Amino acid sequence: MSQFLQHLINMLVLGGTYALLGIGLTLIFGIMNVVNFTHGVLYTFGAYIMFIVVHQLGVNFFLALPLAVVAGWLLGAAIELTLLRPLRGSDIDTTMLVMIGAWIAMQSGALWIWGGVAKSVTTPFPEAPLVLGPVSVSWLRLFVLAAAAMLIVVTYLLINKTKLGGAMRATFQDRDTASLMGVNVDLIYTSTFAIGSSLAAAAGALLGPVYVIFPQMGDLAAVKAFAIVILGGLGNITGAVIGGFILALAEELGAGYVSSGYRDAMGFLIIIAVLIFKPTGLFARSERVG
Amino acid sequence: MKSSVAIVSVLALASVPLWLRDPYLMNALITTGIFIIGAMSLNLLLGFTGQLSLGHIAFFGIGAYVSALTSLGFDAGLPFDLRMVHEPWPPIIGFVLAIVVASFCGYLVGLLSFRVRGAYFVIVTISFAEVVRLVALNWVELTQGPLALTNIPSITIGLPGLGDLTLRTKLQNYYLVLAVAVIAYVLIARLVHSHFGRAMRGLMENETLAVSVGIDVTKTLTLAAVISAGIAGAAGSLYAHYIRIIDPEVFAFINTVTMVIMVITGGKGSLAGPVVGGLIFGLLPVALRPIMAPEAQWIAYGGVLIVILFVLPRGIVPSLAQRFARRPKRIEKVVPVAFSERDAKEHA
Repeated sequence: MSQFLQHLINMLVLGGTYALLGIGLTLIFGIMNVVNFTHGVLYTFGAYIMFIVVHQLGVNFFLALPLAVVAGWLLGAAIELTLLRPLRGSDIDTTMLVMIGAWIAMQSGALWIWGGVAKSVTTPFPEAPLVLGPVSVSWLRLFVLAAAAMLIVVTYLLINKTKLGGAMRATFQDRDTASLMGVNVDLIYTSTFAIGSSLAAAAGALLGPVYVIFPQMGDLAAVKAFAIVILGGLGNITGAVIGGFILALAEELGAGYVSSGYRDAMGFLIIIAVLIFKPTGLFARSERVG
Repeated sequence: MKSSVAIVSVLALASVPLWLRDPYLMNALITTGIFIIGAMSLNLLLGFTGQLSLGHIAFFGIGAYVSALTSLGFDAGLPFDLRMVHEPWPPIIGFVLAIVVASFCGYLVGLLSFRVRGAYFVIVTISFAEVVRLVALNWVELTQGPLALTNIPSITIGLPGLGDLTLRTKLQNYYLVLAVAVIAYVLIARLVHSHFGRAMRGLMENETLAVSVGIDVTKTLTLAAVISAGIAGAAGSLYAHYIRIIDPEVFAFINTVTMVIMVITGGKGSLAGPVVGGLIFGLLPVALRPIMAPEAQWIAYGGVLIVILFVLPRGIVPSLAQRFARRPKRIEKVVPVAFSERDAKEHA
């Protein structure tokens, strides 16, 4: 039983960052209809920015997180303006392949700049974990959970309470009508991609110190984000949050009770199962897929 | 491509070992040839049915593992205290089994995935390849996991009157790969120009219309997936018996991307496209090796893919074919490719 409780605690920590990844991707996928293969690289960049800011610039750990978010925002906006805006109106396969090209170039760039040796970030948190009865959790992981929860709430408020969020939701529902109502669709697209990218960078900056940082770390993160998006349904933010926690739970239980080697297979098995049995996602209104 | 051009090209490729003695370049040509076979099979799905399969390396890798395990033998445990024991068989049987098993996997993926299209199909195929990779990595008893399967025997061909010939040298493997590539090319060409090929392209260009004239979507797409996977499995088998060592990294996503780049740059939906694109991208690392670090080469790869999609969205071969075929009567020789919305507007 205590082992199960421990898995639940781990699930909460992991699920929070997975939810961030998922929200970012589901916004981009849902509003722009772009399969964003650079999402994983932005996760990687977020983690490296954490490393650079803390270790090479000597800035405070807690200040590094907002810096990573800003850097992800800028990089996302740059990708949207240079690669996606000229391709607006072309079919989904073309934009997908362009994003794959960008992903290869950026990931190889990370490998070139920072090398293949894994790096780790030292944190200001005490080594000794917080022990609560039968379970224990490190302070770093608690911080990750709190920060992820805060970012999820901020994003939720941004989408649901602000004018920009209203315009984004309108564009998601009907691009042409939104445009006729005076929504600047180009601006919405750039903002959406930038916000999604900054959330991916934030997830990388949060999980980077928990694990180690290396150029290919984003590959699995990207596929997990796809799993979460499919699980929660296209463009469904609440679904992405729940999907993030479901994926984390499946991974924890799979690793704990099946085999740790198959931990990362859980995301893919979930994708396949959901697409076979309920391709609109677990929480979706009925909607045409594909 | 006109048949005279095809014959001259094959003869030119067949003459390469006569004047090229450098073993490094021969090796690059053989592995490029193997990947071109894979790219041709991908083109059957991507170029002629419009389905972007980003898990294509799974069929290639499954072919490689099946062929290697058949010729090496294995002894692996199953649940309920059962054991699966297999004595080594000749590699040529492995080659056949590789095609059979890969085709079957193609059937399963085809059956499952054509329920979902577009981005969802892409993600299902990626997931399938990753699950297979993780199984290859973790089922150590069967696949040796990250330790790799080593000492895979070379393919032996029984020649009438000459006894058995084991293909060990680069020269022999070059001609083997060339022969399989030509067979695959002819097979795909005949398929594309058959009734079935027209059904596939009909589906790609206007599914609703194709269905209304009686084309069975699921049957057509599944059959295309089966044949495509079988050819990829054959390529994987050649790879295993040539390189003679395989590990789960063969399933890496970047290998699928390499095939996709070959198809897209050469021209999807063009029979010669994957060959042209494959030769360019297979030999590009050889040309770049003296002047660029490997990481920088990959940056260039990604950059070239983006530039080609912006500049030549239809690929090299269709663009050239269009340029050389200005006269109306030859337009029909150009194999049609999918028009994007933007293309349609330009043509209107």
